[in-house]
Amino acid sequence: MFKSINSNQGELITIYFEGKTLNVPKDYNVATALLWAGVCDFRETTLNNMKRGPYCMMGVCFDCLININGMDNQQSCTIQVSDGMKIKRQVINSSGKK
Amino acid sequence: MKYFDTIVVGGGMIGASIAYGLSRSGQKVAMFDEGDNAIRAARGNFGLIWVQGKGANSPAYAAWTRQSAKQWPNFNKELSELTGIDLAFEQNGGFDFCLNEVEFKQRQALMEKIHSDSQGDFNFEMLSHDNLKQLLPNIGPTVAGASFSKLDGHVNPLYLLKALHKAFKQLGGELITKPVTDINYKNKVFQVNAEMDEFTSAKVVLAAGFFNKTLAPKVGLSVPVYPQRGEILVTEKVKPLLDHPTGLVRQTREGGLMLGDSHEDVGFDEGTNIREIQQIAKQTITIFPNLKNVKMVRAWGSLRILTKDGLPIYDHSDSCPGAYAFSSHSGVTLAATHALDVASYIAKDGLLPSSLACFSARRFDV
Amino acid sequence: MNSAKYDIIIIGAGPAGISAAVLADQHKASVLVLDENCAPGGQIYRAIEKNQKSDNEWLGQSYQDGLPLIEDFRRSRVNYQHSAKVWHLSGAKAVHYSVNGKSHSAKGGQILVATGAQERPFPVLGWTLNGVMSAGAAQILLKESGVVYEDAVFVGTGPLLYLIVHQYISAGIPIKAIIDTTPRGNYLRALRHSFGVLKNTKNIFQGWRWKWEIIKSGTLYISNISDVRINGSDSVASVEYCQRSKWKNLNCKQVFLHQGVTPELNTSLSAGCDKSWDARQACWTIDVDQYGQSSVDGISVAGDASSIAGGVAAAQRGSIAALNMLYNLELISRGDRKVLSKPFKKKLSKEMAVRPFIDSLFKPHVRYRTPQDNETIVCRCEEVTLAQIKESIGVGCKGPSQLKSFTRCGMGPCQGRLCGLSVTEILAKELEIREEQAGYYNARPPIKPVTLAELASLDET
Repeated sequence: MFKSINSNQGELITIYFEGKTLNVPKDYNVATALLWAGVCDFRETTLNNMKRGPYCMMGVCFDCLININGMDNQQSCTIQVSDGMKIKRQVINSSGKK
Repeated sequence: MKYFDTIVVGGGMIGASIAYGLSRSGQKVAMFDEGDNAIRAARGNFGLIWVQGKGANSPAYAAWTRQSAKQWPNFNKELSELTGIDLAFEQNGGFDFCLNEVEFKQRQALMEKIHSDSQGDFNFEMLSHDNLKQLLPNIGPTVAGASFSKLDGHVNPLYLLKALHKAFKQLGGELITKPVTDINYKNKVFQVNAEMDEFTSAKVVLAAGFFNKTLAPKVGLSVPVYPQRGEILVTEKVKPLLDHPTGLVRQTREGGLMLGDSHEDVGFDEGTNIREIQQIAKQTITIFPNLKNVKMVRAWGSLRILTKDGLPIYDHSDSCPGAYAFSSHSGVTLAATHALDVASYIAKDGLLPSSLACFSARRFDV
Repeated sequence: MNSAKYDIIIIGAGPAGISAAVLADQHKASVLVLDENCAPGGQIYRAIEKNQKSDNEWLGQSYQDGLPLIEDFRRSRVNYQHSAKVWHLSGAKAVHYSVNGKSHSAKGGQILVATGAQERPFPVLGWTLNGVMSAGAAQILLKESGVVYEDAVFVGTGPLLYLIVHQYISAGIPIKAIIDTTPRGNYLRALRHSFGVLKNTKNIFQGWRWKWEIIKSGTLYISNISDVRINGSDSVASVEYCQRSKWKNLNCKQVFLHQGVTPELNTSLSAGCDKSWDARQACWTIDVDQYGQSSVDGISVAGDASSIAGGVAAAQRGSIAALNMLYNLELISRGDRKVLSKPFKKKLSKEMAVRPFIDSLFKPHVRYRTPQDNETIVCRCEEVTLAQIKESIGVGCKGPSQLKSFTRCGMGPCQGRLCGLSVTEILAKELEIREEQAGYYNARPPIKPVTLAELASLDET
């Protein structure tokens, strides 16, 4: 499990992941907040439905893509959390197009 | 020295279709292709199998296009079964948008002309904004409407090219990755030089895109073509949102959107123009406002090989019988007829049918 | 289109970019710095201002050393735009970028690419599983948010790997194991370059000290291994490694991979800069002269973005590039350029002296640069395996562009950043040609993915 080594994490805000309420430090980015809250499965790949989560944390790999407030393909390691943010696991299924 | 029944110069969409078709007819074929950074129109292909709007001034071209589009389902089946490559082929009709009422009226007139020229073989529908919205609920409020034709479809052009190459190889064809430097015709035999090597054949098909212009005179032909650049944008993968190909946008099997169709006259610059990219982005948002937050991951310019009248060239040489030159910017749409029909004409008696006579480059000799 | 005009536009606010900006500002040039992160420092000094207030001593002295530079930068008149994504660089020295989803453009008399490095891809079986991250990611989590993972396994080689492990141990975070992939032969190869080490002993001793303290801490340290792979169905279940021809299994839930860093190529290549294959660093480097001038007029590249030499060298290279740009802008004389660049060049040469040793010692084994198992994913975005690449080469594919066409390899949102180097080396190996001949993906805009709305909004700025 990821955890914080800082005794004081500062102000917490509320975000929602798959409907579940998470209280996370205000200055975290979305990827860090989710990892810290125990979420490592961010999305499914389009072609083979493989589970993926953050890899590089510096905006290079695009594996941390997730649905934020209804929008797919949000690069979660580059976006700060904000109060009330609704986050969903990203499933872009190409099988619907056949 | 190696001997072949036919040498095909060019491994792009046209060359590979013909080469595959010739191998399929039992010929011993060599296909010459350039290296990794060759100027390739095929790479910039949008992937449309497109009938509507084509050949308004040439009923023969319209008919030729329809012939190929109709062959596509069987061609797709044959090629994917042979190679195991799924070409992501779909042919459930395509839309071409009209951004305003004037465009709508012009389109309607154009489509009606093609329809009447075709003696009922080409059919279409004009859809007003409201009718279109029922089929494509995400269209923007300012879109005037669209034309629709059932014969239109799309395919992954890159997989098509790969499949043609693979099928060609599977049937015993030989791919030679060397630039052709010279062609000579002596004693009814063609000598093709590529770097230090020499190859001979009974027939030669020139399908080398812009390079045809240089090669054609060596076998008594002329191919007056010029390059025109088109920009294509590709987006990240998104949920399925477009079931039909359109003149501006299509969604690939993988989920990415291809956007494109700019026309720029820029010579041999394969680079990209930010203004053109922006124009395509703007047009796309006008037609589908819901795509505004979709990200473009790649854009590239590639060259189309055009003739003055926009029609293809299918020519055979009188002075060097057995030499052919082909040029077209619709390599995907016409792939089926190139592989199934044109190749077998060449393989059988070497005569192109009279229906293609009007596409001889001699039409420019006036 | 209205674009703001500057003497110098600098892309990247790491040590190279910041040093260049501060110096150019001192010489009265108007400077715009565009950086992707929300605070200056780049990756090496990431979140340094935030950490200054904490008592996180375990971050180490080399990290704290970056602070004066950042303070100088903050005090300067440099126009600094954070959270800016540069997505296009045109030949006309125009930079297109977006901030908060809105596009802007700026024109510079001179442009400096100082976009730093990225971690080298580590394409082993299982590297796409959930629970596998790069060691750089572990460090970002630690520096920026103080977030760590207990009982993780670190796999790889290179100074950054030892640094993060050392930071973990200093902070009292238990580590399950370190699997060191440094090839045995590298120690001998590196010894040949030990003369250079004498010129910069501090650098090397620091590395030894980290490693020594790691071993001393009692953390399980596994070395001399010949292969490694990660198992699991959706997420990591274990790491397997081959030691003395025997496969051994280590259960764990989190793996951090690292095998060095390589230049961020996309920005320079999209500007049209020439590149060369560097056999010692086993990566592409951007061709620059001694002043950081690239093959494209008006575009300079400094720091790790041109070739890997680390943060201290980057600061010197940034300063030297700034002086050259000032000279090109006729803000200083040729003589000034020479005199003023001397101290930076001196410090740089001290840093460079140790590079052959470091590069040789930490050059990752070819089996970790090019995957061995056919099922290993090479292109993470498009899920392209080694087997698919080999199949395309069999069909006649001769280079990266055709490979892209045939397999979609490199076509995804990361734009080839996590497969490009592997593809160069795989093609070279399979076609039995040199890496230089195998080539790299053609740079296509955008430099980073950009929304259609951002593209469309460019005029309205």
